[in-house]
Parts: sequence; C-alpha cells; structure tokens
Amino acid sequence: MQLDLSMLEPVTRNAKQTQEACLTGISGEGIDAFPLPAVADLDSFEKEVVEYVKPSHGTTTLGFIFQGGVIVAVDSRASQGSYISSQTVKKVIEINPFLLGTMAGGAADCQFWERNLGRQVVWCRLYELNNGKRITVRGASKLLANTMFSYRGMGLSMGTMVAGWDVAGPGLYYVDSDGQRTKGQRFSVGSGSLYAYGVLDAGYSWDMSVEDAVELGQRAIYHATARDAASGGTASVYHVTEAGWTKVRGESVGELHYKYYPDPLVRSSIAVDPLAT
Amino acid sequence: MVVTPDHLTLQPRVIFEYNGSAIIAMAGKECVAIASDLRFGVQLQTLATDHKKVYKIHDQLFLGLSGLASDAETLSQRFKFKHTLYKLREERDIKPSAFAQLVSATLYEKRFGPYFCQPVIAGLEPDGTPYLCGMDSIGAIETAKDFMIAGTASDALLGICESLWRPDMGPEELFEVTAEALLSGQGRDCLAGWGAVVYVITKDQIIARQLKERTV
Repeated sequence: MQLDLSMLEPVTRNAKQTQEACLTGISGEGIDAFPLPAVADLDSFEKEVVEYVKPSHGTTTLGFIFQGGVIVAVDSRASQGSYISSQTVKKVIEINPFLLGTMAGGAADCQFWERNLGRQVVWCRLYELNNGKRITVRGASKLLANTMFSYRGMGLSMGTMVAGWDVAGPGLYYVDSDGQRTKGQRFSVGSGSLYAYGVLDAGYSWDMSVEDAVELGQRAIYHATARDAASGGTASVYHVTEAGWTKVRGESVGELHYKYYPDPLVRSSIAVDPLAT
Repeated sequence: MVVTPDHLTLQPRVIFEYNGSAIIAMAGKECVAIASDLRFGVQLQTLATDHKKVYKIHDQLFLGLSGLASDAETLSQRFKFKHTLYKLREERDIKPSAFAQLVSATLYEKRFGPYFCQPVIAGLEPDGTPYLCGMDSIGAIETAKDFMIAGTASDALLGICESLWRPDMGPEELFEVTAEALLSGQGRDCLAGWGAVVYVITKDQIIARQLKERTV
C-alpha cells in the first residue's frame, strides 16, 4: 500500500509572514502553571501515573553538522506497544525558518514544549529584531533545557535535538527531559539510534558534499528502520543552511529497501521461494 | 464454554510475542489459502526477513505455526516426522481433520509445559471441501468455515478478515483477499511484516506466491 505522505510536507510560508503571524495574539505571560493533582505524596504519585500517560513511540532521529550545514533526518512511525498507531507522524518540528526540533519519547511532550519553545523564541526575537539578529541555537536550546529542568521528576518524556543556523554558523544541541543539554557534531536519538549511529559514524566526514550528507542521513534512517521494528514509515531529511531549513527528502522506507538492495543474492528476503523447505 | 486454565493466563504473554508472526487461513469454494509474514525478530530487533511460518505437510495440507520460533521449528519437524510414519503405516496422506486431532493430541502431551505456539491448519479433505482450524498452545481445536488467524497481528487481522471474506471464492479471488487482508493487518503490527508468502490449495495444484510489502 502506498502511503499518503502529504501531511509530512512543510507548511510553506516566508519568514516575514511567519513573524507577523507569530507576533499577533501573544500575551505577556508564558505558560500558566499546570494544576497539580491534590495528593499527599506528589513524587510517588507522578511516578505511578507516568506509566499510564506514556504512549512513548519507538523512534529513530538523527542530526549532524558538516561542511555544508546541518542535516536532520527522522523516521515517521508511532507505535503503542507493538501496535503501529501511525506511519505518518511528523517528527521534525519546524520551530521557525531557521530552527528545527526533533521528536523522540512522548509525542505530546515533544509537540507541546517545542511549540512552546517557538513562542519563547519569538519573544526573544521581539527585542532581538531591534538589534537585527536572531536567537542563537545555543540560546533556544537553553530555553528548552531550562523548561525541562523546571519540570524534572514530573514524568515528562522527551529526547530532542535542536538544530539550526545562527550568527555562529550551524548549531546542534541534544536536550532531554532529564534536563541534560549537550552541544555536539553528531547525534542520534530513539530506539533505533544505535543502528543509525552505526551507519552515521561509518559514513561521516566533515568534508562531505551536501548530496552525500543528505544521502547519509537517509541511509542511516533506512537502516535503523530496517532493524528496529519500532521505527519505520518514511525517511525524511532536512537540510539547514545560512538561508534556513529546507526539506530535501521524504521517501517511504519500503521503497528504499528495494532501491538499496535490488539484488536477491544480497538480501534473500527480496526473493523468497515459498515452496523451499 | 472454553476456559483457559489459570496458570496459562498467568504465563507471560510476551513469550508468544518474542519473535513476532502473522498467519491467516481462508476458505474458498473447493480451495483454501494460508499465508504468513516473513519477519523473524527478537522483540523489536529484526534479525531476518525471509522466515516463513507455513509448513507443507502434503499437497493438500498446510500447517502454520505462530508464536515462539524455536518451538515452531521443533513442532514442524515433529509433525513432518509423524506424518511420514502415518504414511508408512496407512499408505496414504493424512486427512486434514485427522491431522488436526494429531496436532491437538501432540500439544496436549505438554499440557503443563506447553510449546509456545498457536497452530493454524488449512487443507482440502479428500472430497475437495475446505478444512480450516486453529488451536491454542495446549491443543483446544477451534474449527472455522470462513477464516482463521494467529500471531501477534491477530487483533489487526480479525477486523479486516471479517470485512473482506465472502463465501464461495475461487482460487484467484481467494488469493487476492488473503493477501490483502494479511498485508493490511500486519501493516499495523511492529513485530510482523516484511512481506509475506501465500499458498492457495486446490484439488489439482498449489498456487504459491511471495508478496512484497511497500511499507515495512
């Protein structure tokens, strides 16, 4: 069955429109405090309840910096246990035309807090517009990490990469719900990350061309989806440059399987003899 | 009413879901189909994608074994062995309905330490009528006139089989329906998939085909 991938396409908008849209209807406050359950021991209650509200999906996401900018690549499967709840999840969150966030762990946590980051970033930009410069990836990732740290122990589940371009050039940070924030050149997050790292580390070099880098990102995601049953769907690849991000690939990994391994001698599963014992 | 014994319900369900599998059998007009996925994994890690779960007993009888792959391997060998002995003694192929009793008895032998497999049997009786049945891991037979399912994808397979199955399908139509149902069902299961094999058994031939899956 062919997947309808149209919902994974980026919403086309130019930077000016985005700014205007973002700046209208924003109140001065940040997120209002979430009401807490009225229990005596909140810590142990949250520990227990987290098991019920954790539809965490298996995922493979990766990001790396190279000579030509930043590559961000993700799969698109959402699973609850062994049930595949969707094959067309958008795991790259387009924070603004220069910032991307990736999604691993709890879908709601990632979606909400990265959208929230988008709002905070706009706030910073309100005054930064006066100075004619955008927020740095370093700054944005720290905003998110600080939010995560303030909710530490409350059961949030999120492993994300914040990638983008700023005055300092390309930027890539890993931020998770424990409050960890790490700057790096190469990251992979999710249940399929070890498989992706294998391909990524073997194929990476700083000097690689944009075309090779995009291909490497796609291939690493494909191989992760092939081995990890909780990852799958499509392999989407984003490229970030000085001019902002663009989505460059978005192919079904089923198609990629036959593209990468058309030879039945290399992959016997391409041509199984049903009657052979 | 069939009651599953307490110690079986308490047995970790995970052992049946350790390797992952999806099996469908469907009845048509003087033909039956049986199909399985091709994935073999250890929990979420996919190790092979050419692992068939349907075994041919003879030209008119196929056996599908879902569940723990190592037990399926053992059982398939035991049943082939038992059928060979049967043939030597009786000088004919075993009838599907008789084979079902043999499988049931074999599984019940291990009543208190069962094989972690759920078999599906599909075949044609000597008069050409389809025979279809499934079993739990200790041999409780459940016969069906329409279709039988087993494996980790069984929840997803049930609904699509209910809606696609029609009475008196011919071999080609039966192939299409079985293939479509299996691919749709296993498409919703992490632990099953990576293509499939489909067998349609008619009075005078076996149609055996591999299916490629585009959304793995």
